[in-house]
Amino acid sequence: MRPWWLFVMAWRDSRRNRGRLFLFISSVVLGIAALVSTLSFGYNLREDVDDQAKELVGADLVLRGRHGIRDSVQAMKAFAGARRSEQKSMASMVFFPRSQSSRLVQLIGLSGDYPYYGTIETKPASAAMEFRRKPEALVDQTLMLEFGVRVGDSIRVGTIDLVIAGALIKMPGRNQVSLTVSAPVYIPLRYIDSAGLERKGSQIESEVYYQFKPGTDMSKLMDTLGPDLDSEHVRYETVEIRKERMTRAFKDLSQFLTLISFIALLLGCIGVASSVNIYIREKIAGVAVLRCLGLKSRGAFLIYLIQVLAIGMVGSLLGAGLGVAVQQVLPMLFKDILPVEAHFRLSWPAIGEGIGIGTAIALLFALPPLLAVRKISPLNTLRLAVEPPAADWDGWKATVYTTVFVFITLFSYAQMEKLGKALVFTLSILGAFLLLAGAAKLLMAAVRRFFPGRWNYLWRQGFANLYRPNNQTLILVVTIGLGTTFIGTLFFIQQLLLDRVNILASTDGNMVLYDVQPTQIAGVRRLASEMKVQLVDDVPVVAVRVASVKGIARDDDGARGRNDTRVTYSDTLRPAEKLVAGKLGPPVHSPRDVIHVSYDDDAAMSSGVQIGDQVVFDVQGVEITTVVGSIRHLERSPLRQGILFPSGVLESAPQFHIVTAMLRSPEASARFQRSVVQQFPGILVVDLALVVNVLQDILGKIGAVIRFMAGFSMLTGLIVLIASVLISKFQRIQESVLLRTLGASRRQVLVITMLEYFFIGALAAVIGIGLSMTFSMVLAKFIFEAVFVPNWWVVGGLFAGVSLLTVLIGLYNVRGVLNRPPLEILRREG
Amino acid sequence: METILKVSNISKTYRAAGRVLTVLEHISFSVETGSTMAIVGPSGSGKTTLLGLCAGLDRCSDGSVQLNGIVLESLDEDERAVMRNRYVGFIFQNFQLLPTLTALENVMVPMELRGPAFAKDSAGKGVREMAKALMGKVGLEDRLHHYPAQLSGGEQQRVSLARAFAGQPRILFADEPTGNLDAETSEKIVQLLFELNREAGTTLIIVTHNLELAAATQRIIRLAGGRIVDDHEKK
Repeated sequence: MRPWWLFVMAWRDSRRNRGRLFLFISSVVLGIAALVSTLSFGYNLREDVDDQAKELVGADLVLRGRHGIRDSVQAMKAFAGARRSEQKSMASMVFFPRSQSSRLVQLIGLSGDYPYYGTIETKPASAAMEFRRKPEALVDQTLMLEFGVRVGDSIRVGTIDLVIAGALIKMPGRNQVSLTVSAPVYIPLRYIDSAGLERKGSQIESEVYYQFKPGTDMSKLMDTLGPDLDSEHVRYETVEIRKERMTRAFKDLSQFLTLISFIALLLGCIGVASSVNIYIREKIAGVAVLRCLGLKSRGAFLIYLIQVLAIGMVGSLLGAGLGVAVQQVLPMLFKDILPVEAHFRLSWPAIGEGIGIGTAIALLFALPPLLAVRKISPLNTLRLAVEPPAADWDGWKATVYTTVFVFITLFSYAQMEKLGKALVFTLSILGAFLLLAGAAKLLMAAVRRFFPGRWNYLWRQGFANLYRPNNQTLILVVTIGLGTTFIGTLFFIQQLLLDRVNILASTDGNMVLYDVQPTQIAGVRRLASEMKVQLVDDVPVVAVRVASVKGIARDDDGARGRNDTRVTYSDTLRPAEKLVAGKLGPPVHSPRDVIHVSYDDDAAMSSGVQIGDQVVFDVQGVEITTVVGSIRHLERSPLRQGILFPSGVLESAPQFHIVTAMLRSPEASARFQRSVVQQFPGILVVDLALVVNVLQDILGKIGAVIRFMAGFSMLTGLIVLIASVLISKFQRIQESVLLRTLGASRRQVLVITMLEYFFIGALAAVIGIGLSMTFSMVLAKFIFEAVFVPNWWVVGGLFAGVSLLTVLIGLYNVRGVLNRPPLEILRREG
Repeated sequence: METILKVSNISKTYRAAGRVLTVLEHISFSVETGSTMAIVGPSGSGKTTLLGLCAGLDRCSDGSVQLNGIVLESLDEDERAVMRNRYVGFIFQNFQLLPTLTALENVMVPMELRGPAFAKDSAGKGVREMAKALMGKVGLEDRLHHYPAQLSGGEQQRVSLARAFAGQPRILFADEPTGNLDAETSEKIVQLLFELNREAGTTLIIVTHNLELAAATQRIIRLAGGRIVDDHEKK
């Protein structure tokens, strides 16, 4: 036997099965398309970052500090002759006289000619430079639309009025989402001081931008300047640092997307395994004849291996082509999320990887059923077996399964770069797979064991189809179940994030007033009472510095402010707080009393403190020695302060209050906000309803990307489902025709099919939803630190959707049998 | 005369549902080269099992089968496949043509499987030409590129005959060759089978219910309950 003959036979044998072979391909095409598109996107993004890094930073070097950059640093010799711009940013309220409304914004004071690379896009374009010379401002275009203001209108910031010079469209290094969230308003730097906004305790972030003379060797400069800046505790960023940081961040993003694509591919591979299994089952007679005629078992195996390899490659090529097309969509989807402009380029390494990985994994998944070909006996020519030969657990099979496991682990390791995580990922998929397969087997065994022999024929036939030879129960439950798991998890997590914000808004009030000075408290209360606004809570906040923990002094790391923290005081716990260990400290009456502070569990863990430890706080220069008396757990809340003092210690320290209010309508909210800002200019008002809206918008945008990628899995699941059902059609058709010949009505065949596919779809949906709820619960606890409460509408919708879809596809499958005479079908399919 | 097949005291048992089922018991006979023989008996008497064991499609539980001087029990499955390809031809009741191959390709397969050393006959004809010639002999020269599904039952069995003789086997096993055909077609097929067999000088062993067909052979072995109850040879 010549090797080419195997290829000839593989080709000949495929002739009458090409339609079916196309179904195998279709299962992996989308997975490979997703993989190629995400890999290409990753490669391209890396190039985009390289090309655009300078424009992203806007300068050669940026210095950053929370309390400004010390003059001694700015006077360093290295900065002599460099162009310099300065920026200060802070949260502040801005009042729009035209709409008589106000909003918390990111107020940014800018001086100099920044950016030195790239441009600030404004409308009109000239406004980007002009606003710095006049009492003018640049306002984020979304904010302008939101408040119905136009260029030429004025805004009030603190005590000064400025004219809007232009709408801010794009800022170097910032994406659309970050602009929407922070709602930036740019004003000339000098007005930050004159607006009276810089008060003690204000959180102001300073940045100084430098452009060095052309031809300056930045890496050489940073060799000497970097250590000097480090020793001064100044944070800094160069184009190279930004490039590295972004490359890392984008690598994470593209690896995450690649993993999602990989799941689609795996799902498709399960489809391939299922299709090959059925295909081989149909080939038993042919292989037995060839074996009779003298073909060795290896030859028979190779004929089908060649076929699978060829269709795998065709599928990979089709997938790669589709992936290149999809890749053009990704930059559009990421437009608002990415700070760089993503461009489309053909990425040959990504295409190569996609084709290689796709073909390899499709082949690996096809191998277990293919290996059964070796065991087909020539005796089948005399006595035809219905089922493929029992898959002996030989060395080859064990090797294939091990290789599949190693391949998935290695691939996920390449994406996650942590072996532990990669193993968890692989084991989770394996666990889900085994659970679904186990449930399917259990269902078959249970139906067989407790077969409802007294039920009417249609129900009995529908049930029996679940376990009879050629049944599709196992493969359909696994593929539909995995697809449901993935889609369900996505839904639940998105819902979890939105619910968390909504719960926040409903329990703690839907408006938060920050920076309320003690002198303003009475005024705010009076205003609230006049406007019939219910104030929900009032938490005093004192800015302190941790001086020492357990007798070990904490270094003052200056500008970094790592030891700066905010504390509150009270003798009782708030509803969202729960004591985990120890006792809440008693009120302090005399300087000799021990001050027992309470740490929240997160703060205790990050500071490494336990009950009984001594912690010394520096409160405006006065050292206060305390003992950790209790640990408590806090739900996320705008009022959350990690460290709680007893009363009698901090009452006279400089402080501000956070007050929450419950507003009944958006109009009432706007009225109250306006009055607060007008009467108390320093108070920051956060409308949680607005935050929820913004968050919904962001989640919507991120969700769109994830849904798009997850769509590949959903579609793959659907194709696998259709393919599995269609392939089984070739086996079931004779049976349905026989039923029709024996006089079964159209309705009876429909009901039998409907029942069979409903049981399969419902079981897969139940397990898939159960798994997705488990995964969501784990993710909620360990990643999002939240309690997962399932949305039963989503659960019901998923169950109904998946079951219905399965039934519909099943019914579509038998439509031919119902609409044509039995003999015509037998002739056509025979 | 030379013995092509020697069956020595073979038995075949199966294990089913925890019980041991004996299908054949202490069967012995020899077949001479170029002779024709029929195995007859009622359903379940073990005819097809005996054919499978003689053709090296299965292993006996006890005893031994020698085909062309080769002890089949000493061969593994792949070695038996090579042996079948070299020396054995088959004809089945349900034709067993490969549905994805054309009629001509079905006939070519046994020759192609033999590899390059057998790619040409003594007259220098290639595999395709030899197959075409065989298709001509069975009267299907105008059906070369038809798929099995496009042929009638009789035509399919004729292709099957051409395929059986394509490998120039030393022994031909036919399992109910007329079982799926009507009387008229059966007669033609039997005629063709014996004609080709005579021409090729092949040993022919037929398993059949059809006593008329059996009577056309030189020797009839009758099986009942897995044992030989009669072995009758025409003088």
